[in-house]
Amino acid sequence: MSHEHHQLNLSGVAYHYGVKEALRGVDFSAHCGQRLALLGPNGAGKSTLIRLLAGLLKQQTGTIQWRENSITKARREIAYLPQVDRHQRHFPIRVRDVVAMGRFPHLGNLKRFGKVDHAKTEEAIATMNLGNIANRQIDQLSGGQQQRTFIARALAQEAHVLLLDEPFNGLDIESRCHLSDSLIDLTNSGHLIIASHHQLESVTQIFTHALVLDQKQVAFGKATEVMESDAVKQTLHSCHPHAHDRAL
Amino acid sequence: MTELFEFPLYQRAILATLIIGFVNGYTSAFVLLHRSPLKLTALSHSLLPGVAISAWIFSLGVLSAFFGAVIAAIIIGVLTVLLSRITKISDDTVLAVLYTGAFAVGIMVLQLIGSYQDLEAWLLGNILGLSDLDLWMSFGVGIIAVTMLSLFRRAVVINLYDPEVAASLGIRTRLLDYASFAILILVLVTTLQAVGCILAIGMIVTPAAIVRPYVSTPETLFPISALVGALGSTLGLMLSITLGQPAGASIAATLAGLFILSVVFRTVLPK
Repeated sequence: MSHEHHQLNLSGVAYHYGVKEALRGVDFSAHCGQRLALLGPNGAGKSTLIRLLAGLLKQQTGTIQWRENSITKARREIAYLPQVDRHQRHFPIRVRDVVAMGRFPHLGNLKRFGKVDHAKTEEAIATMNLGNIANRQIDQLSGGQQQRTFIARALAQEAHVLLLDEPFNGLDIESRCHLSDSLIDLTNSGHLIIASHHQLESVTQIFTHALVLDQKQVAFGKATEVMESDAVKQTLHSCHPHAHDRAL
Repeated sequence: MTELFEFPLYQRAILATLIIGFVNGYTSAFVLLHRSPLKLTALSHSLLPGVAISAWIFSLGVLSAFFGAVIAAIIIGVLTVLLSRITKISDDTVLAVLYTGAFAVGIMVLQLIGSYQDLEAWLLGNILGLSDLDLWMSFGVGIIAVTMLSLFRRAVVINLYDPEVAASLGIRTRLLDYASFAILILVLVTTLQAVGCILAIGMIVTPAAIVRPYVSTPETLFPISALVGALGSTLGLMLSITLGQPAGASIAATLAGLFILSVVFRTVLPK
């Protein structure tokens, strides 16, 4: 799959929770094949931006276009992966069923789960190496395995854009490395990855681009260039006094 | 016990119990996954003043009872959110205050309209006294509830699992929540007539709890809970007739007993 010409464009995006401004002046373009890190201190607007892109918040100001159309028309192509462990605990559901949820935008409620849907689900399970745990309950998995399950759901959805909320949080070192490899594989196969991220040391190793927010857009560009900018260092390091303690 | 099937009164009660037990069992899978049995307890008590006032104005029927119940549930729901926000007291506490208050108002309305002697029926139900119309209404409500929950089960399950993921997949989660709420009230109102507003909770919560230790997917939880609800409730009714105990109490006690047995078997049996 290659979608390199598929582009996401944001222009003048702002968002208010009541009278409280959460985000303003967000303007950037990203396309398939890129891995974009959303950086910034707590409350900087990273989650707000992800939720806007995922359609969980109603757009207020500015435009968000995907493939030159309003993003609201492209829900099927955009997958949202929340933080692991935020779903309901002890919910009786297998890994295979969670992956199959990705077929909902193609089926709705009434269409039968057919051969194509089975094939897409099994293909996604195989791609993310979940075959041997596909019948396990989701709660029995480690954080890394859950994250792989959610990525498989996005693949079953046939999404072009994957929005990940703090995907590296709570993972051990080995799982972080596996997830990092998976994200690189996904962009090599033509997906656009957008993820909020806290671990500054690993930004340039994992991501191609970075967007720095502090309730407004501070910087956007190639990850290596953004991380060298003095303004960015001031925004990020002032809020991460122990940043150097956290390695990938 | 077979002679029970020969009396029309018991035949009707057994048929009603099978239907109401099946529908409640099916709905109990939703309640278990929604993790809302305590809120549902509050809701079932809150319905009493709505049903009583509606009976006062329009005379009692399932339709008027339903609208009375919906209005009461909406008022209690909105007031809970509003008062919780104003006072910064947790919504569980506000709900507990309001549902007991509403229940008390319901009792006073029954006294006011001269139906206080029916209070026992309201509280504990009267499954042996259901009319043909009541039976048809239970059947109709059952078909609506089971059909809706089956048709939309794919969306319902995703929404129960993670509402944000559901919304991102294009599911209209708010509409689904309102529709589920309406179905719960419909089922509660018909159950209320049979076993009363207190024991109704046992029927709409317990079957899925009995089944849960043995199933690993929602696809199996819903139908098996329905079967256990129907058979468990009918067993409870037959025991009540044989032992001369109140029907609603016997049904609720039997279901609770089956839950304990289910947990014991699960613990003893190898996984």
